[in-house]
Amino acid sequence: MSQAQMQTTSQAGAAGLPPATETRLQVLMVGLGNEIFAIETDMVREIIDPVPVTRVAGARAFLPALVNVRGNVIPLADLRIRFGMRKTQATADTRIVVIEVDIDGDPVTLGLLADKVYEVTEISTRQMQQTPRLGSHWRPEFIRFITKWSDEFVIVPDMSRILG
Amino acid sequence: MELDPTETFRQEASELLDSLETVLLDLGQSPQNRDLIDAAFRALHTIKGSGAMFGFDKVAAFTHDFETAFDLIRKGKIDANHEIVTVSLSARDYIRTLIEDPDSTDPIIGEAIVEELQRLIGAGPAAAKAAAPVETAAEAASEAPVSAGWRIEIAFEPGILRNGTNPLVLLDDLRALGPCTVEADTGAIPVLEELDPETCLITWTVTLESACSQDEIEDVFMFVRDEMKLVITPLDAGGQGGFGLDMSMPGDAAPAVTEPAMQPKAAPAPAPAARAAAPAPAAPAPEKAELNRRAEDKGTTTVRVQAERLDELMDRVGELVIAQARLSQIAHSGTDLAIKAIAEEIERLASGLRDSTMGVRMVPMGSLFGRFRRLVHDLSRDLGKPVDFVTVGEDTEMDKTMIERLADPLVHLIRNAIDHGIESAEDRARTAKSATGRIELAARYVGAQVLVTVQDDGAGLNTARIRAKAEENGLIPPGANLSEHEIHQFLFHPGFSTAKTISALSGRGVGMDVVKRTIEAMRGTIDLTTIPGHGSSVTLRLPLTLAIIDGLLIRVGEARYIIPLSAVEECIELTAEAEARAKGRSFLNVRGDLVPFLRLRDVFDADGQPDPHQKVIVTSIGDTRVGLVVDQIIGSHQTVIKSLSKLHSDVTMFSGATILGDGSAALILDVAQLVTLGQSRAESDRTPEAA
Repeated sequence: MSQAQMQTTSQAGAAGLPPATETRLQVLMVGLGNEIFAIETDMVREIIDPVPVTRVAGARAFLPALVNVRGNVIPLADLRIRFGMRKTQATADTRIVVIEVDIDGDPVTLGLLADKVYEVTEISTRQMQQTPRLGSHWRPEFIRFITKWSDEFVIVPDMSRILG
Repeated sequence: MELDPTETFRQEASELLDSLETVLLDLGQSPQNRDLIDAAFRALHTIKGSGAMFGFDKVAAFTHDFETAFDLIRKGKIDANHEIVTVSLSARDYIRTLIEDPDSTDPIIGEAIVEELQRLIGAGPAAAKAAAPVETAAEAASEAPVSAGWRIEIAFEPGILRNGTNPLVLLDDLRALGPCTVEADTGAIPVLEELDPETCLITWTVTLESACSQDEIEDVFMFVRDEMKLVITPLDAGGQGGFGLDMSMPGDAAPAVTEPAMQPKAAPAPAPAARAAAPAPAAPAPEKAELNRRAEDKGTTTVRVQAERLDELMDRVGELVIAQARLSQIAHSGTDLAIKAIAEEIERLASGLRDSTMGVRMVPMGSLFGRFRRLVHDLSRDLGKPVDFVTVGEDTEMDKTMIERLADPLVHLIRNAIDHGIESAEDRARTAKSATGRIELAARYVGAQVLVTVQDDGAGLNTARIRAKAEENGLIPPGANLSEHEIHQFLFHPGFSTAKTISALSGRGVGMDVVKRTIEAMRGTIDLTTIPGHGSSVTLRLPLTLAIIDGLLIRVGEARYIIPLSAVEECIELTAEAEARAKGRSFLNVRGDLVPFLRLRDVFDADGQPDPHQKVIVTSIGDTRVGLVVDQIIGSHQTVIKSLSKLHSDVTMFSGATILGDGSAALILDVAQLVTLGQSRAESDRTPEAA
């Protein structure tokens, strides 16, 4: 799935908590540590193989580096640090998911370090679960909701809050 | 791209209004200047005319009254004065809103402005109250020298037809002034084969039997006056004049005029020769060729380009420079001579292209300075402080984006200078200063930087009061030992204001900190000097451009960084003995001067072992210097600046990033921040020593 370019679609739901009626979200399934995160395809620009990173001294821990993606220098975010997960070595499955997020009204492009990228799929808000207390390092405000996908729990993160 | 004609009108009107503003402000200073009055009248006339043409009827109707007023001034019936200039300036603003946002304008404002204007011209010496709506043609000039008639010699520049001017219409206008005899000289028209129908080679001599004034005749040709020769001589009382005598123009080779072949019908009946319309290019005499060329040059010297396109071009050139750097790297690591030669050629071309692209983006500072004249005019009126505004170095050029970003900081500085700097008229009288204050806005080049200075001749900074305020705000303990310079730095502290009363303009303590932040974001610095009783000056030191800089590529640990070359003073080796001498302290002896230094390995928390021969790069910002210890100096590097993401806005040590030849990103050091850091470390080193 290297260098695969993702078409962005506009059919997926808007931000915010899903309404009572069923909404289907088109998402990209991304593995981080032992968890699976569902990232809305609306914000995904592309998925690239790992590239050389440039460490930024003095930056916040979860934004440790910069990468050059075709002439644009963008920050690389490590959500594992934000979620308090253990850092693992890069493997053959490691990818960078380039996303565009709206932060305080400005679109900001950044790369997300992903241990593995699974597939693009649809999830339904009907399967939505209450955010459970999964441990001290889970900050509930970073999670929009948790839902089920083929018998596994997946986390739909709130990117703006995580990065804000 | 297709341009909406309305949009074109808006753009042109916007420029006309800008130049009108300049002209009005000049006129305020020299109310007798005929050229300025004419220029204002022409601008108003054009706005009215094209406004009506593009359906901006409100604009046309409103402008009409002002055009009339300036017509009266032009004819000397009323004198331009300060009040008229002021009301005209507000009229100009009103016209601008009428064009830009007609729905939000309130006609009451317009009526009030017109009323004020009527009052002012009504108060003029010669004009009657009803003078305003009078049409130009109807105004018979009574005071002009009366003559039985006029002999008018008309010679247009050959290129005039291309501008859409129709000489016959002008002749018709003359005819409206009285009975005319028109005679055309077709002598300059060549044979048919050599004839260029778009060149005007006919000259006319008109005998006008009318008691009109010379001004009225000149008015007919007002808009083509620069492109023609016009000689007006009064006829003798006997009505003889020079008619039928010498037909050639005084001095110059007789310019010729062509009547457009397609419009023979318009030819004036009483002119026997005028029908012989034989359009024609003369075998161009050198002089005429020169004239032709001049006329064409006028159309080709400037091209209007949308600003975004220039930005796009700059981005492309930036990418090209990066790609070229990669090519050079690959070429030099191989052995293929042919590729090396091409790589060098491309390097040369790319740097040439970079320079010309940056040149295209350069805009003279004058375009920015002009905006402040209005600001000073209004402030000086509102505050009752007469101020002379002097600008120096308007032709100093800077990158377009830099100039735009400079506007707001300069507004703050100029406001401060008038509001806080310049004293009230009474205070100035007490200190034997001239009643009129003086503010100088100057720009000049210093190396690869531009210095912009705002200087006033006011009272200067009150150091004692700033100190008191800083103590009151708890910024410093009472009685702290600070230099004047350090005390003045508090002015840049957020929320710091010493103004005793808060005026509408300043004193709220916002401003200077914003100015400082904006300037630093542009990789510039700000300096403040003051002489009590003689005024203060603020100097902004700015790079010429934001897009591409010359950098020094260095390595610290595994990572490579860029230091802006403009901040680099020298590179020296950190010898073992220097290191031993500096032991425990971060000072370095550079030819007798103590320079604090920072080990970038520590600052950036770099991995790996330090190189055995560490280098020191001595950098400076203003008067302060700091040495940066690095592992290796790789060389100079054309640095295309990419700004850091918003997500990294908390990072202070770097001002941006760039892309290196191998495609990886490198950070650009923010030397100003590092110098501050180095200074503060040096301070903390010194303190325990002193204790």
